Amino acid sequence: MQKALETLLIGLSTGSIYALMSLALVLVWRSTRVINFAQAGQAMFSTYIGFEIATRSQIFWLGLLFAIVAGALLGAGVDYFFMRVLFKHANSGPALVVAPVIATLGLLGLIRSIVGLTWGGEFKSLTAPASKNGFTFGEVTIPFSPLDSLTIITVAVILIILALLFQRTNLGLALRASAYSPEIAQLAGIRTARTRTIGWAIAGGVGGVAGMLVTSYNFLTPYSLDLLLVFGFIAAVIGGLESMVGAVIGALVLGIGLTIILNYVGTSLVFIGGFSVLLLVLLIKPDGIMARGKVRRG
Amino acid sequence: MSLVVSNLSVSHGAISALRGIDFSVEVGQLAAVIGANGAGKTTLLRTLSGLKDAISGNATWKDREILGKRPDELVRRGISHVSEGKSVIPELSVKENLILGGIWRGKKSDTAEAINEVVELFPRLGERMSQSANTLSGGERQMLAIGRALVSRPKLLLLDEPSLGLAPIVIEQIFQTIDQLRHRLGLTVLLVEQNAMSALEIADIGVIINLGEVVATGPANELINDPALRAAYLGY
Repeated sequence: MQKALETLLIGLSTGSIYALMSLALVLVWRSTRVINFAQAGQAMFSTYIGFEIATRSQIFWLGLLFAIVAGALLGAGVDYFFMRVLFKHANSGPALVVAPVIATLGLLGLIRSIVGLTWGGEFKSLTAPASKNGFTFGEVTIPFSPLDSLTIITVAVILIILALLFQRTNLGLALRASAYSPEIAQLAGIRTARTRTIGWAIAGGVGGVAGMLVTSYNFLTPYSLDLLLVFGFIAAVIGGLESMVGAVIGALVLGIGLTIILNYVGTSLVFIGGFSVLLLVLLIKPDGIMARGKVRRG
Repeated sequence: MSLVVSNLSVSHGAISALRGIDFSVEVGQLAAVIGANGAGKTTLLRTLSGLKDAISGNATWKDREILGKRPDELVRRGISHVSEGKSVIPELSVKENLILGGIWRGKKSDTAEAINEVVELFPRLGERMSQSANTLSGGERQMLAIGRALVSRPKLLLLDEPSLGLAPIVIEQIFQTIDQLRHRLGLTVLLVEQNAMSALEIADIGVIINLGEVVATGPANELINDPALRAAYLGY
């Protein structure tokens, strides 16, 4: 019983980080119809910025703030300087479908190389904002740590802010409308291109938070966020790619599922578990777990 | 001081959709654009609202060029387009669909006031403010689409087939509503319709399009009574 509870809590903490990456991917997909593989690179670059600030100031939260800002600026820049130009030139046929995705892969490589040149490839270690040692109750120490609880709280705060932004503000309404129907949004007077760039900025900032949180558990290298991208993507697909709520639920389900495999089956099966879940969802409910009867198609 | 379209040509790739379209609408007039399926009516509206590029010609509203501008820029110049097929966003609530039309002005109080005016015109929408737009009937959706455009406080309203897919009794209501609100708000309206008779009855002038060209234009009551036109294009 106790082990089950621990598994659930750790699963939640892991899943909550996936949720941020998953949200970032869904935000871009909804507005631009692009699976943004560069998200891993954007998050990694933002995390290096956050890492520098956190290390120099010895304040993790200041680093996090800078990671958010760097992520947002980079996200907006990718949309403004790459996607807009790309869509202007590739506006029909296979080029429209393939070119943006290939471009994000190219961008991922480019960012990785720039980071490698700037910071080198060695493992960097960030001072975590809370202890990684599990909570102790009398004689018993559980695996769930203060850092895990802080992760859950941080993600919860970010999710609440995003929910308020999207549901309660005109900007949020413009973002949703532009994602659902760019044409009607534009006819209603919304500057959809600008709105989309803001969406990319939000996704970039959220990715930066995910990178900082992962890095407070593990080392930072130019490759250290690739797994986060993979699991974030799986979570987004489980959630149906279209739904922000789905992205979060998909990530929590995935996080808990993988922790169960880790705790009860073995480390070596985590990957198999993750991809099996992905395949099962695609085979049984290709529109994701949130899909009700009818789903809007692209 | 009016909408002037001159020598407008538009194509879909290699296929020519509109060829040398000429007509003009005075401020405060309602012009009905009539024609069969595929005549180019929708293309005309989409070009005038900035959704589609023209290959040649001009279109001015109050003496300023409107071709080559984005739809959101034209909304700021007082031109709102209600596109074909109940142009509402079904995933949003009725209220959110209405607010959408006012966001560009950036003043929440303005938008709230405009929404109140729309609810006065369409009380049914007022009863359904928090419902999702996809729960509305076809007629209610059309009202919502027009209402959203009105929240932008347009001077020129482009309406694409508001009667499409609606029951005859609802169509009659929609046309009555259009007639009332354009007098009440002093709107200039360009109404595209297949439903020739109903549209011409409330119109000041008619523009008949066939295969991408204007075949007749003139006062609506004269067009209605022209036997040759009736037989060839109006279908009754």
